[in-house]
Amino acid sequence: MIENTKNNIGIWARLGAWLTHMANPTRFMRFADRTIPYLAGLSLSLFAIGLYLGFTAPQDYQQGATVQIMFVHVPSAWLAMMCFSVMAVSGIGTLVWRHPLADVSLRAAAPIGLAFTFLALVTGSLWGKPMWGAWWVWDARLTSVFILFLIYIGIIALSRAIEEPTTAARSLSVITLVGWIIIPIIKFSVKWWNTLHQPASVSKLGAPSMDAVFLYPLLTMALAFTVLFFCLHFMNMRNEILRRRLRVLKIKSGQLGKGSAV
Amino acid sequence: MIALFKRELLIALRGGGGALTGVIFFLCVITIVPFGIGPDLKLLSQIGPAVLWIGALLATLLGLDRLFQQDKEDGSLDILVCQEHALTWLIFVKCIAHWIVSTLPLVIATPLFGLMLNVSPMGILASMVTLFVGTPAITFIGAVGASVTVTLPRGGVLIAILVLPLVIPVLIFGVLSIDGAINEPQPFTAPFLILCAFTLFTSVLGPLAASVMLRHSAD
Repeated sequence: MIENTKNNIGIWARLGAWLTHMANPTRFMRFADRTIPYLAGLSLSLFAIGLYLGFTAPQDYQQGATVQIMFVHVPSAWLAMMCFSVMAVSGIGTLVWRHPLADVSLRAAAPIGLAFTFLALVTGSLWGKPMWGAWWVWDARLTSVFILFLIYIGIIALSRAIEEPTTAARSLSVITLVGWIIIPIIKFSVKWWNTLHQPASVSKLGAPSMDAVFLYPLLTMALAFTVLFFCLHFMNMRNEILRRRLRVLKIKSGQLGKGSAV
Repeated sequence: MIALFKRELLIALRGGGGALTGVIFFLCVITIVPFGIGPDLKLLSQIGPAVLWIGALLATLLGLDRLFQQDKEDGSLDILVCQEHALTWLIFVKCIAHWIVSTLPLVIATPLFGLMLNVSPMGILASMVTLFVGTPAITFIGAVGASVTVTLPRGGVLIAILVLPLVIPVLIFGVLSIDGAINEPQPFTAPFLILCAFTLFTSVLGPLAASVMLRHSAD
């Protein structure tokens, strides 16, 4: 037990040290430059395997070929929630440790999360039409994900409205942390309310109630989406750092007043 | 604390207009609904409570930007932040004062507007009670939005965008409990208690988050 705790502390301390190490944007840029090609390659190959497995998966006895929508729908919904959680952790990083990259991370993740949420809503809608007979139902799960979509839009609108990055960072962190409350609501919406959307079938304790022919492609796709997220996130963070440097350079050279859009 | 409360009330009352704007906006929303869906009294009495809630929600959102804006402009916000009292408490008091001035009139005006929508007496009573209990939650959540956008020149619309997704639960449980009061089989107590819990929960979380925000934006 004591050994175990020590080991845990070791991991956390090492993670903390690594995060401090990464506080230097130039160092992060070097790290991102090195890792992005690997992440992209890994994501691409996982997508290839996942899509192959997905398309060769047998048809469901009830849902027919539409069950294959699941391989895109479920991972994008998971990622939409994970992305928001990454943003919330970044928000804590900004408010508590004032980590210089936490704010960059939050800002960079928001559009990606919006895209994943949009993807989840659209694929869900496409899946809902043949299954439930309607494009959209005001069901607890669907509505709560839609609210997540609105929160993402609000955060992005706010990030565009405040020009000074440090002020924006705090506002965004506070709003993200308050908005995080939607994540457990989405997660448990199928349990708390009687919904049309089916309850969780993968993350059940014990054996998941899904056949292996569907489960493996789904998990592969989920992994592919996750790696894709981190790849895009690092790329977007790199862009954001460059954008800020450009902004500073422009202010220094006195060009900002001439109606330049930053 | 009490001094701050009195000051807030006095400023709002002497300044005039603030509370009335909200009520008039509420009236406008209530008025356009029959034009939109036709003057069918039976249909109106059915959706009346929901319309009352939506109108009150929008009217409350409309006034939120006044929560900190004026204090920011004349500098008294900086003084509040530098006070020895916990900033969370000060914001809590400000929220309560703001609610009394700008939202309580809406609750008081509800019976009249309810009559216009042909809501049953029981429904009107339930609307008043749920609005009385539920709308503080909107103000508390709105305080977060207002504190975030206080530095922006035109934050009004942005507050609505940021706050609206977060106040949807208030609307859901408010309308649910009215529904429970009017239609017999549905329960009234359960959604009503959840509404109360939500208000209490936000009364802690809202001022806390807003105080973090204001303290950061001041330094």
